[in-house]
Amino acid sequence: MPADRNTKLVTRNFGNERAREIATYESMGGYEALRKSLGMQPADIIAEVKASNLRGRGGAGFPTGIKWGFIPKGASNVHLVCNADESEPGTCKDRELIYWDPHLLIEGMVMSAFALGAVHNYIYIRGEMMREVVVLERAVAEAYQRGYLGANVLGSGFRCELTVHRGAGAYICGEETALLNSLEGKRGWPRLKPPFPAVKGLFDEPTIVNNVETLMNVPFIIADGAARFAELGIGRSGGTRIVCVSGHVNRPGVYELPMTISFRQLIDEVCGGVWKGRKVKGLIPGGSSMPPLDADELDVPVEFDALMTDERIKPVEVGPGQLFNMGGGKQLRTMAGSGGIVVFDDQTDVVALCWRVMAFYHHESCGQCTPCREGTGWLEKICKRLVDGQGRPGDVELLAEISVGIAGNTICPLGEAAAWPMLGFLTKFRADFEARVRRVADVPAQAPGAAAAVEGRP
Amino acid sequence: MGRRLDISSLSLVFSPRPQPAVTPEFSSDAKQKIEALRQRYPSSQPVLLAALHLAQKEHGDLRDDVLRLVAATLDLPYAHVYGVATFYTMYRRTPSGTNTLRVCTNVSCMLRGAYDVLRAFEKQLGLRKGQSNADFTLIEEECIAACANAPAVVCGTRYFLDVTPEQVAGIIAELKAEPHPESEVV
Repeated sequence: MPADRNTKLVTRNFGNERAREIATYESMGGYEALRKSLGMQPADIIAEVKASNLRGRGGAGFPTGIKWGFIPKGASNVHLVCNADESEPGTCKDRELIYWDPHLLIEGMVMSAFALGAVHNYIYIRGEMMREVVVLERAVAEAYQRGYLGANVLGSGFRCELTVHRGAGAYICGEETALLNSLEGKRGWPRLKPPFPAVKGLFDEPTIVNNVETLMNVPFIIADGAARFAELGIGRSGGTRIVCVSGHVNRPGVYELPMTISFRQLIDEVCGGVWKGRKVKGLIPGGSSMPPLDADELDVPVEFDALMTDERIKPVEVGPGQLFNMGGGKQLRTMAGSGGIVVFDDQTDVVALCWRVMAFYHHESCGQCTPCREGTGWLEKICKRLVDGQGRPGDVELLAEISVGIAGNTICPLGEAAAWPMLGFLTKFRADFEARVRRVADVPAQAPGAAAAVEGRP
Repeated sequence: MGRRLDISSLSLVFSPRPQPAVTPEFSSDAKQKIEALRQRYPSSQPVLLAALHLAQKEHGDLRDDVLRLVAATLDLPYAHVYGVATFYTMYRRTPSGTNTLRVCTNVSCMLRGAYDVLRAFEKQLGLRKGQSNADFTLIEEECIAACANAPAVVCGTRYFLDVTPEQVAGIIAELKAEPHPESEVV
């Protein structure tokens, strides 16, 4: 049976102030799925997760079971790392998940670690999440006390250590190899891939990095079976989807919904419509690194594959009629990303919005690769002068040219995270950018004939 | 809305700072915490981020001599410790106020008036973003994952959600009466 709007898996304890206490969590059936999994063969757990169609909820939407399968056969010293460095603009689910239901995350982690044979495991939590660090550390201590963590988990002989590792302020550490470097006590500089973390990750040992929401779905898959989880979703995407809706809607919020819901239904039926009786101008569908959608593209469901392939979404262009090549001639529409949906109304200054996105990526570029370090700065500056109405002829084309120069030419995807939305904003709202370019006609003529003389210049 | 060059904070960085005569040390509590963490990793280097958080808690900011203390404690090169301390935005090389106010102005918050909130804080605290007085450090923060309640401001473990410029005076008064220093969670 597909999920309906009342199906709640990972958000079922939102609003329950006591769910973060282990006794309450246990009384609601907590850690039962862990007991069940300890009686299974690790390979069977991995097979279940594969069959469930669980896809990574951090941004890429990669199938979790397949990722787990990349650990080399017979590997020892495997690590499982939870990526709780949520900082993609527009995304506010992991922080809430940790705050309301930390034990569900721990249970999912112990089960996943058992499947992978991982002993020393870590939760990398964003440094600014101070309230959540306290909640998580208390929950981990409780889990150790009750024997869900430690040298011999529930007497099964499985050793599982879990350490909360606090970051210190750097968006780039949400990229998995930067995160691993940060965990190792280094600057958060992404690593070249390959080798992928599953082969050579934390401390140069095989490592799986999974998002908070991804791991919290694992107990439901094992408790109710992969088939049940898969049929909650659609196509190759199992389970439900958390969306974080922010911006110009009447009821912004973190909602767990069926993957089949469209953006229009989401805005009108779940979020109470656009504020102040206005209309949608567009939205960012999955965190600020994803190309935006305009008002004509809202009937597409929030599901991973739909956002990449649905033909109702106009592909991103470099210039009018010239499609952006993602590599191998592949078109870029957009992606579901992290589920951070930012709605903006018809009175929004889209150029200013785009400038703020570019300012963010410039600030957060780690500085390793020149195209990103310099290019994001140029994008920010050019957007800023457009915002100020001081754009120069050719600026719109220059923005596109710089973006194409960044995309695909950096170690990690932060380059694309700036270039893709830049091209996306230009594709969907080009007229807004063009309108900010100063033209000859705007320059006051000083003397009769002066404007004509300027216009005649090459 | 632009990011202006903040000359006052530059002068703090470039003017010679009086070095305290006493060599800084970790408290015994911090030493124990570092030793306990050391057991969770295969070497001492992964403890660096936590050790820097502890050093900042105990010494206010990460001056050169504090960084040397961290380097010596973990047996790491000073250059590595310096590189890490200056990479992450939460580590401070200059003294901060008791409360660190992090005002998000990223897209979700911007769309609902975050820059008006930031300007209200700047005006009422008499600080520009990035500056400090005894009670407050004012930071223009990137997305703090509270987008559904934009504009959002965080101070230590205390979140202020759906903030309007009119609420700013009350927030300042509350934090003066009951501070939430970030170091309380370290």
